[in-house]
Amino acid sequence: MGLGLLASRAMRPLKSSNFRMCARYIVTKPELQSPESAAAEAPAQPDLPPRTPVGGARIHFPNPEDAIEVFVDGFPVKIPKGFTVLQACEVAGVDIPRFCYHSRLSIAGNCRMCLVEVEKSPKPVASCAMPALPGMKIKTDTPVAKKAREGVMEFLLMNHPLDCPICDQGGECDLQDQSMAFGSDRGRFTEMKRSVVDKNLGPLVKTVMTRCIQCTRCVRFATEVAGVQDLGMLGRGSGEEIGTYVEKLMTSELSGNVIDICPVGALTSKPFAFKARNWELKGTESIDVTDAVGSNIRIDSRGPEVLRITPRLNEDINEEWISDKTRFCYDGLKRQRLNDPMIRGADGRFKAMSWRDALAVVAEVAHQVKPEEIVGIAGKLSDAESMMALKDFLNKMGSNNVWCEGNGMQTSADLRSGYIMNTSISGLEKADLFLLVGTQLRALDLGLVPESSNCVESAKFVYLMGADDVNLDKVPNDAFVVYQGHHGDSGVYRANVILPAAAFSEKEGTYENTEGCSQQTLPAVPTVGDARDDWKIIRALSEVAGMRLPYDTVGAIRSRNQDSGTKPLAYGRERASYIWAFVEAQVHPKDEFDPIQ
Amino acid sequence: MLARVAAQRLHEIRQAFRLSPRASRSFSTALNYHLDSPDNNPDLPWEFSDANKEKVREMLSHYPSNYKQSAVIPLLDLAQQQHGGWLPVSAMNAVAKVIEVAPIRVYEVATFYSMFNRAKVGKYHLLVCGTTPCMIRGSREIEDALLKHLGVKRNEVTKDGLFSVGEMECMGCCVNAPMITVADYSNGSEGYTYNYYEDVTPKRVVEIVEMLRRGEKLPPGTQNPNRIKGGPEGGNTTLLSEPKPPPCRDLDAC
Repeated sequence: MGLGLLASRAMRPLKSSNFRMCARYIVTKPELQSPESAAAEAPAQPDLPPRTPVGGARIHFPNPEDAIEVFVDGFPVKIPKGFTVLQACEVAGVDIPRFCYHSRLSIAGNCRMCLVEVEKSPKPVASCAMPALPGMKIKTDTPVAKKAREGVMEFLLMNHPLDCPICDQGGECDLQDQSMAFGSDRGRFTEMKRSVVDKNLGPLVKTVMTRCIQCTRCVRFATEVAGVQDLGMLGRGSGEEIGTYVEKLMTSELSGNVIDICPVGALTSKPFAFKARNWELKGTESIDVTDAVGSNIRIDSRGPEVLRITPRLNEDINEEWISDKTRFCYDGLKRQRLNDPMIRGADGRFKAMSWRDALAVVAEVAHQVKPEEIVGIAGKLSDAESMMALKDFLNKMGSNNVWCEGNGMQTSADLRSGYIMNTSISGLEKADLFLLVGTQLRALDLGLVPESSNCVESAKFVYLMGADDVNLDKVPNDAFVVYQGHHGDSGVYRANVILPAAAFSEKEGTYENTEGCSQQTLPAVPTVGDARDDWKIIRALSEVAGMRLPYDTVGAIRSRNQDSGTKPLAYGRERASYIWAFVEAQVHPKDEFDPIQ
Repeated sequence: MLARVAAQRLHEIRQAFRLSPRASRSFSTALNYHLDSPDNNPDLPWEFSDANKEKVREMLSHYPSNYKQSAVIPLLDLAQQQHGGWLPVSAMNAVAKVIEVAPIRVYEVATFYSMFNRAKVGKYHLLVCGTTPCMIRGSREIEDALLKHLGVKRNEVTKDGLFSVGEMECMGCCVNAPMITVADYSNGSEGYTYNYYEDVTPKRVVEIVEMLRRGEKLPPGTQNPNRIKGGPEGGNTTLLSEPKPPPCRDLDAC
């Protein structure tokens, strides 16, 4: 035995590979025995993988002379002066875990999750609040940093309930993800967990305050972005809780955003509660059409149902916020929908009929009236393609009385700068005061301006394309009213024929926001019942009426939009959030037009 | 064998939890959220008295006019003294109005500090120090004696509205532990006192309560007749001579 041991010792330097399998084998490397050689070898590692900033972000240097160099895990990065350590790490492509830090809110530095090691600093530093200094050597992957994160995570999980299976945030929870990545597999806390009374923040935001980790993102959002100082941090120590102290609803129209910024399941969407798990949802990147901002949204759907709407980042338009109207409008997509072509019978009741018959009836009536008695009114939610088709169709019929509700009768669409918001939305931040009036531009860009101001009074044939807010009392009683739209709204009560159309979540359409930036919706869910895209209905009607419009695909109608002689409706102004190449790629052969499918 | 040891240990742990007098210690006199009640709701009018308005002006003069919110703590304290020792929500709203911030910012401060009472307290609010030195010297017995004598629970007010008992963290009198503090709100903000009674015993605190009830004045400080302030019982035993100058410095040369 003794001899064998000696023999193995003697053999080790020679045939060490034979001993790799030994259970108790202490690996020693030449660089550990001579630190000098290791130090000389360390910088000679040119094979560092090329680092790119997190999320492909670009770094803006306001003043190139102020650039400083720091080292993140040994990798040198150039950053502008004034960046924090966390931002420097992001530039180097290292994602630092964080809860309280949010790039659009003030820095609180209270969750301590972003601790990193900085050389010559006695303690780990909170990277979100620490300004990066020239030559700083930041280490994000050392045992000190890992232990610090693990410790913080243990503290955070101390009072956090283990209700992930019934939590709506499950699957998209920062705490869940980061505890998997940085946390320990067990905690040492054996006492009772704290519980907190849930607050009533209104019908949109559901609160489960026991889950709160006191990151104060919602408090800072309410104060700094939403501008309502309602939320606060009450109490101290382990009794600390987020609340309004006095019972108060969150009255801001941006309140839904606290659902997104909450890193845990403390603030969740009330209408979405227990409806679906986020991994069951299909996300479709689309555009909000309920207001003229044109917020970029993601429509999350499951099967034929839109289950929620969340914001998408667009620095120039909505940053990463959306209004409550945008976020929660989706419940309307399920109710009061028009799903079949219908005609009003002699008894005043609607009767379902086929598309072929409905279009034949409309075409016949349209031919019976004089051209100047034909009036077309587009609704506020109409997309550019269908408005173009409506205008082309009515022009072919000989009428130019086509406009969009809400824009008024005597609008001038001659000069584009006369009606778009020339100071962009991002420019609003610099304004002291602003007044927005009449912000719907799509129709004006396409030249939807009525020829005569009193055309409604003399109309015999009125074509309402989703127009519900127009005053229909002035329409003569003997006029024939066609309502093409997706909801049984006020326009339907006067309609003689209903042609069901697709809502914004179900079609591919171009929308222009108030600053003149064109963006595109994409279909997230199938249409309801027998409904069709707006422009397809008009295209089909034109064929039945014998005035065939010259476009069969959505791509063709967009080309028509572009060279319509009015204003080119290019996507995304100069900033191009969607480019034409992308749009062209969306045109599939199945878009080939079939008038009556 | 191992199982028996484990079972025994578990039993011990359970016993330890069972015997702990309170599951959680709460130093605040109220919840962290407000519930409307007839004597505490935002609709009740509340204003600083004329005499206190002068004080408010004086307090605000300590701060630059664009940092009025710095006066939130002194103003809340003044409001508490004026309102008999506690802060109704309308008083906090009044303070928020004076310093021109949103009310929630004042609620945050008032809920953070346990010295601000957001529920009714007695005219004499007795605060027992519960920090380690006082606890070792018997603060729990003192609190029990007070509660038993007054027949109330912690943070409850006696029926006559005179006394309430609360707990506080260290007030820096550890050399004379155990101690209690008496916040006297019986004379409004003019006659407000906040006195320490040190070296108390369960018997002595009951005597203090009875003297307060009779309206007698008693000197604050140590209640041990054999001690002078923080000095040792029976006079000094050390440092009897003149203190020597520091050895390394020639003070005359200065």
